[in-house]
Amino acid sequence: MSRDLSPRTKLVLYGVLLVLSVPFVFPTWWMVTSSLKPVSEIFSFPPQLLPLNPRFGAYQRVFDLQPFGQQYVNSLYIALLVTVGTLAVSALAGYAFARIRFRGQNVLFLVVLAGLLIPSEVTIVPLFQMFFKLGLIDTHWPLILVPILGAPSVLATFIMRQFFLGLPGELEEAARVDGLGRFATFWKIALPLSRPALGAVAIFTFLHSWNLYLEPIVFLSSPEKFTLPQALTQFVDAYGGPMWDVQLAAASMTALPVLVVFVIAQKQFVEGLAHTGLKG
Amino acid sequence: MTRTDTRVGPATARPTLGRRRPYWTGRRRDQLTGYLFIAPQLVGSAVFVILPLALVVWYSLHEWNVLAGTFTFVGADNYATLADDPNLGSVLRATGLFSVGLVVLNLALALLLAVLLNQKLRGTTLFRTLFFSPVVVSLVAWTIVWGFLLQDNGGINGLLDTIGVAGPNWLRGEGTAMFSVVVVQVFKNVGLNMVLFLAALQAVPGELYEAAEVDGASRMRQFWRITVPLISPTILLTSIITVVGSLQVFAQIAVLTQGGPGTSTTVLVYYLYQQAFQFHHFGYGATLSIVLFGIVLALTVLQWQLRKRWVFHES
Repeated sequence: MSRDLSPRTKLVLYGVLLVLSVPFVFPTWWMVTSSLKPVSEIFSFPPQLLPLNPRFGAYQRVFDLQPFGQQYVNSLYIALLVTVGTLAVSALAGYAFARIRFRGQNVLFLVVLAGLLIPSEVTIVPLFQMFFKLGLIDTHWPLILVPILGAPSVLATFIMRQFFLGLPGELEEAARVDGLGRFATFWKIALPLSRPALGAVAIFTFLHSWNLYLEPIVFLSSPEKFTLPQALTQFVDAYGGPMWDVQLAAASMTALPVLVVFVIAQKQFVEGLAHTGLKG
Repeated sequence: MTRTDTRVGPATARPTLGRRRPYWTGRRRDQLTGYLFIAPQLVGSAVFVILPLALVVWYSLHEWNVLAGTFTFVGADNYATLADDPNLGSVLRATGLFSVGLVVLNLALALLLAVLLNQKLRGTTLFRTLFFSPVVVSLVAWTIVWGFLLQDNGGINGLLDTIGVAGPNWLRGEGTAMFSVVVVQVFKNVGLNMVLFLAALQAVPGELYEAAEVDGASRMRQFWRITVPLISPTILLTSIITVVGSLQVFAQIAVLTQGGPGTSTTVLVYYLYQQAFQFHHFGYGATLSIVLFGIVLALTVLQWQLRKRWVFHES
């Protein structure tokens, strides 16, 4: 559909694109600017697109009301650990299912794939009970172990397998003939070639862990254990109403760093997701 | 690899010692490596997927109140409760409305954006980045901002007011609450489907359009007769991802409406959460989990049927 367009058509298209981008951009803009407004200005009519006199008081209160620094660290270390763990588990399993012949392979692959049919919401009740029996409620273990080993990593394994199947096998065969063992072949030949797939898996695994909400509120109860999504909803006044300025300040601090990383690396983000396994 | 050689055992312990081919042939070693490679995933699936699934079935046959400490076998009682549950109809309706609304709006908008970005136009990369950016914004942060915008005296009604329109109380109205939740979720993740559509559109050979042009086919006709059939595998893939994802919606409901007003936005996962973790009816929560599993399973079967019949080609 990429044909040359007349200047008038181009103008119309730019107009449409600009209007369409408002609901994608405005909320983030509104989040950051409103977090800098005093409460009196936050609901003023007509809406102020820029704060009249920006102040950072709400940002200070985020840290006064919650152990927000600790919560930030919690979310970050859990997401990083889950990402690294998922990459390891899914690359190994994906490689084996794609390249190594072993007895029962197809059946075992189907057993693993069953995870795609069983979202973690289905198993949240027994998972809670299992971790309760192990004494791991109000710890981060469920938020780390389940994503790495359970249903969420199955999609990653599937994507890695598809990617390895698409790689030409000659290089690996040559390496094997030269006497390289399976693990060395995997580590030195196949893994470096699979960087695009690893990148895509890393991005969506990180985001998945970073966004988790149901699991933290089920498993965690003390504020210093909370993750960010859970912490964001805790800034309420004595009547349970949201303290908007503080919530928006906390939300800005949660959203902006990832957004900045995305803008810097947007090419890898978008193209990685589009051109690897997710294509099916 | 037992250490029988250091033990005094029956003479039959290693009868063929010395004559046998080495046990660890290359093939066997390779098989073992294969098992070791998949071991973490396989054990993980067994412990965190298969076992909990079996437990869900088992729990659903019990009356289980965590607070009272009771766990008694009640057979199909929970399923009878389910059939009589006055909320079930409304929950399934809310779940269906959310899924259908999300899939239709999401796919339509994603395709529209992808077609726009596929034009010969400078600056499409910038717009692609803008449309994709909410995908990387923390879900709860995104939801909180929209909740703020959708307040009765919030930014959206403020903007509507400046053009003389009195906006409704979006999140508190029976008719508008579900619509609002769907829209918030559409803008959050439509970028993902847009990118997948864009990749599919770019793979459509340009000669097809040139040939159609020569034959005098209109743009619209080209879109429906060439583009849509050729990207149908992607349409199916994105609709599956979106439908299954829509069944898992929870944070948006919890933050924006808490299932209200009334039960109009109480979707299945939110209801499951309420029953199990707020009212401590674990047995009934497990029963609702089975319902959720049944729906996912049915949709997967349906997807396989559609894939056979409808999709234009399969690479």
